Amino acid sequence: MSIALVCGAWEIAGRVPISLAFPSFFDTAAAFWRMTLDGSLPIAFLITLHPLVIGIGISIVFGVGLGVTMGLSRGFEWLAAPVFIVMQAAPMAALIPLITFVYGIGLTAKVLAVCLLAVPVVVLNSYAAVRNANPSLVQMCRSFQGTRLQQIMKVIIPDASPVIFAGLRLGVAAGFIGIVLAELLITPTGIGDLITYHRAVANYAEMYASIVSIVVFSAVIVSLLEKVEVVLLRPEKRIKGTPE
Amino acid sequence: MSDQVAQAAQSAGSDPIVRVTGISKRYEGGVQALEGVDLDFPEGRLTSLLGPSGCGKTTLLKIIAGLLEPNAGEVQVAGRRVTGPGPERAFVFQDFALLPWATVTRNVAFGLELQGISKAERREKARHYIREVGLTGFEDRYPHELSGGMRQRVGLARAMAVDADVLLMDEPFSAVDEQTRRKFQEDLLHLLSVEKKTVIFVTHSIEEAVYLSSQVVLLSRRPGRVSKIIPTDLGGLESPDAIRRSKRYLDTVEDIWGMLKQYLLEDEIK
Amino acid sequence: MKVFGWRVPMMFSLVVWLVVWEIIGQAGWMFLIPPFTDVLRASFELLGSESFHKSAGVTLSAFASGMGIAIAAGIPLGVLMGRVDAVDRLLGMWVNVFVSAPLTALVPIIMILFGFGQTTIIVTVMLFAIWIIVLDTRAGIRSVNPSLIDMARAFCASRFQLYTRVLILAALPEILAGIRLGLIRGVKGVVIGQLLVAIIGLGELFELYSRNFLMDKFWAVTILLFAFAIAASSLIEMLERRVEYYAGARG
Ligand SMILES: Nc1ncnc2c1ncn2[C@@H]1O[C@H](COP(=O)(O)OP(=O)(O)OP(=O)(O)O)[C@@H](O)[C@H]1O
Ligand SMILES: [Mg+2]
Repeated sequence: MSIALVCGAWEIAGRVPISLAFPSFFDTAAAFWRMTLDGSLPIAFLITLHPLVIGIGISIVFGVGLGVTMGLSRGFEWLAAPVFIVMQAAPMAALIPLITFVYGIGLTAKVLAVCLLAVPVVVLNSYAAVRNANPSLVQMCRSFQGTRLQQIMKVIIPDASPVIFAGLRLGVAAGFIGIVLAELLITPTGIGDLITYHRAVANYAEMYASIVSIVVFSAVIVSLLEKVEVVLLRPEKRIKGTPE
Repeated sequence: MSDQVAQAAQSAGSDPIVRVTGISKRYEGGVQALEGVDLDFPEGRLTSLLGPSGCGKTTLLKIIAGLLEPNAGEVQVAGRRVTGPGPERAFVFQDFALLPWATVTRNVAFGLELQGISKAERREKARHYIREVGLTGFEDRYPHELSGGMRQRVGLARAMAVDADVLLMDEPFSAVDEQTRRKFQEDLLHLLSVEKKTVIFVTHSIEEAVYLSSQVVLLSRRPGRVSKIIPTDLGGLESPDAIRRSKRYLDTVEDIWGMLKQYLLEDEIK
Repeated sequence: MKVFGWRVPMMFSLVVWLVVWEIIGQAGWMFLIPPFTDVLRASFELLGSESFHKSAGVTLSAFASGMGIAIAAGIPLGVLMGRVDAVDRLLGMWVNVFVSAPLTALVPIIMILFGFGQTTIIVTVMLFAIWIIVLDTRAGIRSVNPSLIDMARAFCASRFQLYTRVLILAALPEILAGIRLGLIRGVKGVVIGQLLVAIIGLGELFELYSRNFLMDKFWAVTILLFAFAIAASSLIEMLERRVEYYAGARG
């Protein structure tokens, strides 16, 4: 319902028109169809997703590993946590021009851009999750003579997994920001190329269609991950909604 | 039913200040909370509402406060029909409902602040009632620095400060421990003997109801109806201990328990 | 972390990292990483230079206006969504989408609609910052203890008093958290906006220094920017700590 309303408002605004560079909703939708049918949009998506998937994969392995280690070891926490806290709060995008220097304009640079934005949030969530694992559960495990390894594998990690997973979801969202930024700043490829190209030749409907499609795509992925999170890891949320 | 009401009012010996007629309330989800409730609350007396959990006591109190609209019937306070909250009624909340960012003084004076009364006058009144409820020395503390009993005293002082004729109390002592509760009951009785107030008091404790009030209203299970009005004036006995040991007190408690037990048994059979 | 029985605060480890940086820089392994002391010197030079003042001023004013609009519009919107279910149903989905969407992709649209100037940057900052403010304000209003609302009404609060004396104050912890997160996002917005537009403010400096391989200056601008972002967010964090005791009272 609210989708229809917003699309309607967009259509009206496009018809008025607010600006020459503001196509109506139907024009944009038509452009979306054209680009899907002639294959340019699907191909662009594949090109964009390639570094994104690699980057997110690296971020997850590296970020969760680092975050969990930080949560478990006080010394490591002391050394590493402030760096990631700074990275989280600071505009890391400023460093993207630098990446271009070192790794040129290829795949590596883009993967790095994704990692740069995704790793801090993944690390900090895993770290906080492990660090705040329920202490009475840990004590319970110790009272049953669990070893440290058992403590970690059977109590701390399972207890921390919902928050770690939430961190992954935020990491994926950050990765999308990273890849779009990389494609607009470093070199136009994939979706970034479509946006830049259609803007240059003033095909505004096509440009809007590319932008909307990537935004919607990322929103769908992120909300899908949220659903997975609820189903797999949050039994208490699932119960909600059934009568008491 | 209605001559029962009249009888109770007579035994209390004064005119009703709050009159509830034909109140029904149905919540949006379809729950019928109250059905055809007629009640008179005599002026200057404490009336307890007692009944099984979920029978609509809170609902009735909120309707009298003007916080909820009934689906049928009306409430009159001092002869005027209630359409919303008014200055002649004040509410004491079960969970205290104190503003966590405000000091004791400001919390006590909150009702006055909303009425736009000058700061000096607010201070003066707040100080008076803070002393009345025994919180002198805590004027500048924040709620999170107080114990449960002290927080409820703040809630009580706030209700007293607006100088309403009718105090509406929803299980005011259920969140404090037993010792504090007893002390509090004494203090409340003392306070009421000084300031002439009408109190409508919801509780789960039969002992508390019988001990504090001039009449106990027993509500039936949902949908709540008035099932019995029990006059319980234990006046004449001076000390609290004497009251708690008197035969009349013990008999009344036993009677009410007998009636309430009926509901529990019926529940079990179902 | 304890060394010889002394508690060393966590943020202190940043000094260790800066020393590592200095060593790498001095060793000259990477052209990209000049010694930290050089960067520091460049920062001070920059702080005194005319061109930096100008671009920092432009950046700051865009940031401040964008944030101002985001706060001024975001809080009322969040309050409305917290109180009126119809508005919440209408807008909830969009706010949730935008809060995690790659808004960077929208900057090209903003550029063609608003030109290559200050307006674009302001709109970008606002777009980055506003959603989290709306979302947190809404959450704050929703978590206000309902009996606090009943209380205000029972004591005859007017609608205006209910909002200004109770609801906004009760939701303050969440609202401040939203503003702090919005601030962090706003800084990212201003940087991304200026990098993409590339001809105004700090974006121009980034472009200039990186084209001419002035690494110490490039890092100096970055460090100053980071320092600003962190200073601004810790300021709000300090305010948050002052209202921290609310949370306990919610329990
Ligand atoms: N806002 C509401 N919406 C729908 N139903 C409600 C609402 N508030 C209360 N009810 C229902 O109305 C009935 C009466 O509620 P009420 O709170 O008045 O009972 P009560 O007598 O105060 O119970 P208790 O002794 O447990 O406090 C209950 O069955 C309750 O589930
Ligand atoms: Mg109740």
